[in-house]
Amino acid sequence: MNHASLMMVLPEEILTIGAIVLMLVAAWGGQGATKMISWVAVAVLLGAGIALAGPASSGGAAFDGMIRADAFGAFAKVLIYAATAIAILMAPRFFRQTTGDDLRPEYPVLLLLSACGMGMMVSAGDLLVLYVGLELQSLAAYVLASFMRRDARSAEAGLKYFVLGALASGILLYGISLVYGFSGTTLFSSIATAYAGPHSLGLTFGLVFVFAGLAFKISAVPFHMWTPDVYEGAPTPVTAFFASAPKVAAMGMAVRVAVEAMGPATDQWRQIVIFASLASIIFGAVAAIGQSNIKRLLAYSSINNVGFVLVGLAAGTQAGIAAVLFYLTVYVVMTLGSFLVVLQMRGEDGQPVETIASLSGMSRTRPGLALALAIFMFSLAGIPPLLGFNAKLAVFDAAVKAGLYPLAVAGFVASVIGAYYYLRVIKVMYFDEPVGEGFPKSGDVVEGGLIAAAAVFVSPVGWVLLAPLGIATMAAAKALF
Amino acid sequence: MSFPILSVMLAIPALAAIGCLFLSPSGARWLALVATLADFVLGVALWASFDIGGPQWQFVENAGSIGVFSWKLGIDGFALMLIMLSVFLMPICIGASWVAIEKRVQEYMAAFLVTEVLMIGTFAAQDLLLFYIFFEAGLIPMYLIIGIWGGANRIYASYKFFLYTLLGSLLMLVAMLWMIQYAGTTDIPTLLQTDFPVHAQTWLWLAFFASFAVKMPMWPVHTWLPDAHVQAPTAGSVILAGVLLKLGGYGFLRFLVPMFPEASAQFTWLILGLSAVAVIYASLVALVQSDMKKLIAYSSVAHMAIVTIGLFAFNRLGIEGAMIVMLSHGLVSGALFLCVGVIYDRLHTREIDRYGGLAINMPRYALLFLFFTMASIGLPGTSGFVGEFLSLGGTYQVSTTITLLCTTGIILGAAYMLYLYRRVVFGDLTKDDVRAMPDLSLREIALLAPIAAVVLWMGVYPESFLAPMRSDVGTLVARVARAKPAGDSLPKAGTGIVPAAHAEAHK
Repeated sequence: MNHASLMMVLPEEILTIGAIVLMLVAAWGGQGATKMISWVAVAVLLGAGIALAGPASSGGAAFDGMIRADAFGAFAKVLIYAATAIAILMAPRFFRQTTGDDLRPEYPVLLLLSACGMGMMVSAGDLLVLYVGLELQSLAAYVLASFMRRDARSAEAGLKYFVLGALASGILLYGISLVYGFSGTTLFSSIATAYAGPHSLGLTFGLVFVFAGLAFKISAVPFHMWTPDVYEGAPTPVTAFFASAPKVAAMGMAVRVAVEAMGPATDQWRQIVIFASLASIIFGAVAAIGQSNIKRLLAYSSINNVGFVLVGLAAGTQAGIAAVLFYLTVYVVMTLGSFLVVLQMRGEDGQPVETIASLSGMSRTRPGLALALAIFMFSLAGIPPLLGFNAKLAVFDAAVKAGLYPLAVAGFVASVIGAYYYLRVIKVMYFDEPVGEGFPKSGDVVEGGLIAAAAVFVSPVGWVLLAPLGIATMAAAKALF
Repeated sequence: MSFPILSVMLAIPALAAIGCLFLSPSGARWLALVATLADFVLGVALWASFDIGGPQWQFVENAGSIGVFSWKLGIDGFALMLIMLSVFLMPICIGASWVAIEKRVQEYMAAFLVTEVLMIGTFAAQDLLLFYIFFEAGLIPMYLIIGIWGGANRIYASYKFFLYTLLGSLLMLVAMLWMIQYAGTTDIPTLLQTDFPVHAQTWLWLAFFASFAVKMPMWPVHTWLPDAHVQAPTAGSVILAGVLLKLGGYGFLRFLVPMFPEASAQFTWLILGLSAVAVIYASLVALVQSDMKKLIAYSSVAHMAIVTIGLFAFNRLGIEGAMIVMLSHGLVSGALFLCVGVIYDRLHTREIDRYGGLAINMPRYALLFLFFTMASIGLPGTSGFVGEFLSLGGTYQVSTTITLLCTTGIILGAAYMLYLYRRVVFGDLTKDDVRAMPDLSLREIALLAPIAAVVLWMGVYPESFLAPMRSDVGTLVARVARAKPAGDSLPKAGTGIVPAAHAEAHK
């Protein structure tokens, strides 16, 4: 094991050591140390993010190619760490005000471990490293889903997530074993060589199973069933986390496998991706129409959005991958912003409410909050001049450039269906009469600031970021080709 | 670099919109009025300094690229006229909402100001994607205006408006992406010079048509318009009829015809046929309406069909006529909606039967309403006549049949407008609540009189409006000349004056 390789995984080392140390602090400090541990965990994530500036983003292959320290991984990790930090920041008030379980110090520790796993997922250069990262992330996520031990819905969410997640891991492992069996290696670069030459049907089967396993992790149709239940049952900060960071990690992992390991077989996996993409867009849009719970609605929205991200992957070009990263960036901001607004939704007894009907007339009772949510909803629907439009534009531009016209047309038409349910949220907030007093003000500066920052980011003010983001995503995508 | 007048015209209402949200209701009203008037003054300055016969694109600004598109503005004569229409109608809309809007005034004014930004931006954009962003973003404020301040069935209308137009626009976006890829640029002036392959033009044309036909609106995709008009507040209807419908016509003029001349020629008969159906069908439907706003909405469909036939005549007469009809319709139908708004504010109903005999207690109102009714019919001396005459004259060179059919629409137009006027204004004053209605207030006269003056101006001396567009029409006609379709009217050159057979020579 050489020193250069160790430097390339510095962010993961920081996260691992930080998590272990904080775990010990938690063991001795107990409940009282929660606040301190949360802030230290954020600092650890920040440190890991700073460590990305070094060899971790430009080193190339570490540990004989098992880990790839490139711009692509670094870009995804910045998103992952930021989303994880926000998930830590949004938790304390939620748990404090919600009767049931308190926030225990394990919460930030589990998020750190999950972040470490996600970092491995996006920079894995080997199927087994990928699997280890995935399991580290998933195991932490299962626990997080059922973090409110006394809440039946939360426990159910954790159990469902665990059972279905295990199934998906099984499918993925089966695919990996097929790929290994027919190519004799688990290293991406060698697998690519195997796909490039004449290869047996077994290798194609391996590809199908690997993609099925990956589709589960990004909750693409037809492997999306767990998403609404888990999103609804998990505590809201955890749901916000599930909808953001792991989506980036799973998408990053899928992109890397598709391009680096199976790039020569693009024509084969493109069919799978196109199907999953269109199915996700359409199903995510249609199924969301009937929802009355805002968290379930956002779950279907995330399925819908994954479909759009997959449009970029289906293009399979450098521009397509850059579009995927750009879309994910905007998506993470929109989603975290929406969930931060959901966190503000509390009834008169201070307990969380999740029905869309409770948003009635929010434009009168909480105009600022309503405006922010309206911006996120219009942006998710892809209406210009908000950044969600630019994200959709980028993926469809890549698809058109790759000659996938039917996909582009079908995707756009389906996005009209999606617009309907986003509009419904705005309708409830702006057109309906207020019920009761509206949600009490939280007065939480951190959450309010984050909502405002996210809203400004997706507003036309965010246009100034388009050019630098374009450069960064292109550089990141270039690392894969 | 010269004074970026177009960007300033965009910035003023944008900043005022944000400002409105933090003011009291009356503060928001005044700020909105001042901002729209300031934009109007800038618009007048724009027109005054527009160099007629100068370069095609004037006041060009280029602030460089933002991601995949760039902030590039510039106008030609068409855009100038439509921007003038927008900035002229905007202060009137604010005035029309002065007392009618009582709830959530700040948000209302902000929504209108944002609409103004987006309208000016759509006409001034010189980048294809920037155009699309302005064009599409207009849905958001209009959705809110209809949904929050609209009538009883406003929610249905707002959804229908939004989703209908969104579907069309997204197909256009796919076509835009293809064009950008083919031409390698998003610059509209360059794209206007690009010859796209003929087989691709057909698809591109259809995609653009899907968007602009809905916006226009053309029969049979016009059904969102009556709903949206009826449910929107008065000023919302004014802006919808006055400017937003013009986006469709502008799209035809700026993109569909000059960018895809071959495809346009190929589909000429589709357009002419649909337009002829629209004129007659919409006029007949207008005849049986019992709701005043719905009647005017259907009359809009008929008038916009006159625009499309003029555009697809492929000649100077038709295109100039189409532009004048657009401008005229923007003013006249806006004014008619204001006239409806005036009595709606007093009696809170749009049922025609609830009125009658207004000439007795509201003489000034009756006069102005009559004037705009006549302008809508196309009485000579008003703007309506000039536009329809030019447009039909242009079409006559292509198709006598279609011209014949569309001209019946003018007769039907006279029928439904005069019938409306008779029922509302003439007759006996039998209803007590109608008798109690006061005549126009000074504010209402101040809203209607300027429009009347411009309608008269355009009717008597249309040269002021035609001059800035003349060279652009020439460019457009030259561009599409190669694809000009053969019409069914085959005018033969005359043989000169034949002397009468048994004439005796005068000595």
